[in-house]
Amino acid sequence: MSEFFQQIINGLSLGSIYALIALGYTMVYGIIQLINFAHGDIYMVGAFTGYFAILSGLPFPVALLLAMVCPALLGMLIQRTAYKPLRYSPRITALITAIGVSLLLENLGILVLRPDPRPFPQVFTNAPFHLGQVTVSIPQVLTFTVALALMVALTLFIRYTKTGKAMRALAQDLEAAQLMGVNVDRIISVTFMIGSALAGAAGVMMGVLIPRIEPLMGIMPGLKAFVAAVIGGIGSIPGAMLGGVLMGLVETLATGFISSTWRDAIAFGLLIVILLFKPSGILGRNVREKV
Amino acid sequence: MNDLRKDSNRSLLNIDKLSISFGGLRAVSNFSMKMERKDLAGLIGPNGAGKTTIFNMLTGVYRPQEGEIRLEDISLIGLPPYKINRLGVARTFQNIRLFNDLSVLDNVKIAYQYRGRYSWDKAILRSKTYHQKEKEIDDWSKEILAIFSLQDKAGEMAKNLPYGAQRRLEIARALVGKPKLLLLDEPAAGMNPQETKDLMNLVKKIREKFDLTILLIEHDMSFVMSICEKITVLDYGQTIAEGIPAEIKNNPRVIQAYLGGEAPNA
Amino acid sequence: MKTMKNDSSTLKNYLLPLGLGLLVLINLFLALEFLGIEIIDRYYKGILILMQINIILAVSLNLINGVTGMLSLGHAGFMAVGAYTSSLLSIFLSNMNLPEVILFPLVLCAGGLLAAVMGLAIGIPTLRLRGDYLAIATLGFGEIIRVVLLNLDITRGARGLPGIPNYTNLWWAQFFMVLSVMIIWNITASNHGRAFVAIRENEIAAEAMGVNTTYYKVSSFVIGAFFAGVAGGLFAHHLGFISPKSFEFMKSVEILLMVVLGGLGSLTGSVVAAIVLTGLPEFLRFLQSYRMVIYSLTLVLLMIYRPQGLFGRHEANADLLKAWFNKGHGRSGGGKGDE
Repeated sequence: MSEFFQQIINGLSLGSIYALIALGYTMVYGIIQLINFAHGDIYMVGAFTGYFAILSGLPFPVALLLAMVCPALLGMLIQRTAYKPLRYSPRITALITAIGVSLLLENLGILVLRPDPRPFPQVFTNAPFHLGQVTVSIPQVLTFTVALALMVALTLFIRYTKTGKAMRALAQDLEAAQLMGVNVDRIISVTFMIGSALAGAAGVMMGVLIPRIEPLMGIMPGLKAFVAAVIGGIGSIPGAMLGGVLMGLVETLATGFISSTWRDAIAFGLLIVILLFKPSGILGRNVREKV
Repeated sequence: MNDLRKDSNRSLLNIDKLSISFGGLRAVSNFSMKMERKDLAGLIGPNGAGKTTIFNMLTGVYRPQEGEIRLEDISLIGLPPYKINRLGVARTFQNIRLFNDLSVLDNVKIAYQYRGRYSWDKAILRSKTYHQKEKEIDDWSKEILAIFSLQDKAGEMAKNLPYGAQRRLEIARALVGKPKLLLLDEPAAGMNPQETKDLMNLVKKIREKFDLTILLIEHDMSFVMSICEKITVLDYGQTIAEGIPAEIKNNPRVIQAYLGGEAPNA
Repeated sequence: MKTMKNDSSTLKNYLLPLGLGLLVLINLFLALEFLGIEIIDRYYKGILILMQINIILAVSLNLINGVTGMLSLGHAGFMAVGAYTSSLLSIFLSNMNLPEVILFPLVLCAGGLLAAVMGLAIGIPTLRLRGDYLAIATLGFGEIIRVVLLNLDITRGARGLPGIPNYTNLWWAQFFMVLSVMIIWNITASNHGRAFVAIRENEIAAEAMGVNTTYYKVSSFVIGAFFAGVAGGLFAHHLGFISPKSFEFMKSVEILLMVVLGGLGSLTGSVVAAIVLTGLPEFLRFLQSYRMVIYSLTLVLLMIYRPQGLFGRHEANADLLKAWFNKGHGRSGGGKGDE
């Protein structure tokens, strides 16, 4: 039984990371109906930014901040150059473009950063402390705390700021928001920036949690976080948080109790099951096509 | 009106107490209607009254929660749209749904896909059947285009047609499969008076030529009043009046539904 | 004249003679080998074989993505199923001493059939998904296939499957390429092809006009998967060794790039793009390490600046060529129309 709780703890910290990444997917999909394939690679950029920041001597909080700012700028750049021209194109075209951007980032990463994994500098002691029969490490606590703090900040931002309201308006009806005077371009950019910043933070936290980073590290977490967003209800922010945590829990429990070689297939299996039976996810809404 | 024709076994279309709700909102309730062969009837009502929803139920896009639809005594409930079409129900759409990037001719040919069918192996091996059937498809498609005065535009892309021609093409396409029942959803929308007049003549002509039964949704009152033999008025999903144009025109409930509030001459 | 391809005369006018001429030339060179004269050496034979395989892959994917309009991102999965099935059968039957002429097509078709079954299994559940959700689901299925292959004992997982007999030569590759392209072309330029295109253009209208969209969407997957499986078999018997690593998402994207470059919906486009994208990396070997960066950049730029690719939805014909040459002078008769 303690094994079970141990896996829950592990799952929660992993899930926090998935939740942070999933938020970026869900926010972008909510406003422009695009699956931002490149989002997982933004997470990777965050991890590497943190890596280089810490190696050059910056204190952790600064490194974390930097690892949020740089991906945010990158996300905005990608949006401006690759996605904006396709805003009124068929969704398929935009999706293929996103795939292209993702591959571009990955292969540029391989080219520039070498494909070999690097160890993430250990800023925190890995000495675990014990809560009853379970072991919790500082990285795990930190990951969960940082993620929680960011998610609370995001929720407050969305609910109480003018920009946040504008983001919600766009998610409901882009054209109406535009007609109401909302600067659509700016809000879309902000959305990308926030999503990318969260993913960047997730990247650093993953480096802290599992100190091994490499240019292709964003592929699997990216896909899994997307699945998490769909499970929670794509377009729903609480859905992304819920889905992320669930995904982390399921994956950890499955790996612990079933097998690790099928781990990746579980995420995809979950995706297909959700798409077939409840595509709107747990907290999402059903949208009918008008005939 | 010949009462013998009202025998339900021989009605072409028999709709009985159709109801559907969307997430708690009752879109259509207890809708009933009968149509005999070669009837030309109209379905009118304010926006959002449920007219297109009824069309969607008739064509299998939505499944009604209550009620029955019978086409010549065959129940249409639960059938997918393509089966309903093959049984003889064709429709046009409120927002034109042409195959925009295909030619006018191809738009029409696709509608003959089922009747002009041949098997996979004959397609792959380019057998004699292939050539025969393709000729049949080609000939009939061109004939339809000629009836609708679209033959010179056969090679044009559907999206390049002027609006009136696009609407004609929608109707032409619906008739390729030689249906028994034609449902027209706002065929005169966006047309000027001359185009509307031409459409009226066209509708009458095709009813004769194709032995059609026609039910149409329209907002253009002059069109509806001059062409329909019977009109059903819908408001908030329910039938509020039914009768010949003269009766409907002066019906206070109908006027009220359209204008909202008290009728001037109650 | 943008009518559909039920009339192949425009193709006959231009690309077909060119293609046939090339094929005749190649086979002439090959025939000379019986006299001891080798004109095409092993290296170039390998490239040509890969071109044929990629043509089959691109054309089969185009049927699903371009003609029917369903974005499928798991094509490598079908290829893998065909590759492993045919390879395992070949190895298994190798001691039965069947003549290659019978054995090879047999195992290839078996691979194709199993891939087609996969296509059925994937097509049916994903039917009601639209656009991007469908794409992600197919991606998921492709990955599941890969993970399964990684974990089965019979496939030897990550270690890969060695010892596959090298049955694939230029004769077989050409034969299956021509066969595949002809079959898919004939299907597309027929009544069935019309149904596929109708689904792409406006599924709801197609259904309202009597097209059984469910049947045709699944059929598109099944046919596309079959030929991908055949291509996979050819691939396996060419390399002699396969592992799940050859069939990752990256492979699906490479095939997608060919289809997109050639033009979603244009079969001749797929053929041309497959040839170009197979040949170019060979001739630009010095850019080897940048290959993937170039591919991804190309994909992005294509989608932004020329999403219709080379031929758009249409097949190469004299009108299109004229339009290209008249680029600066407005549209000339027929021309590229909507592009």
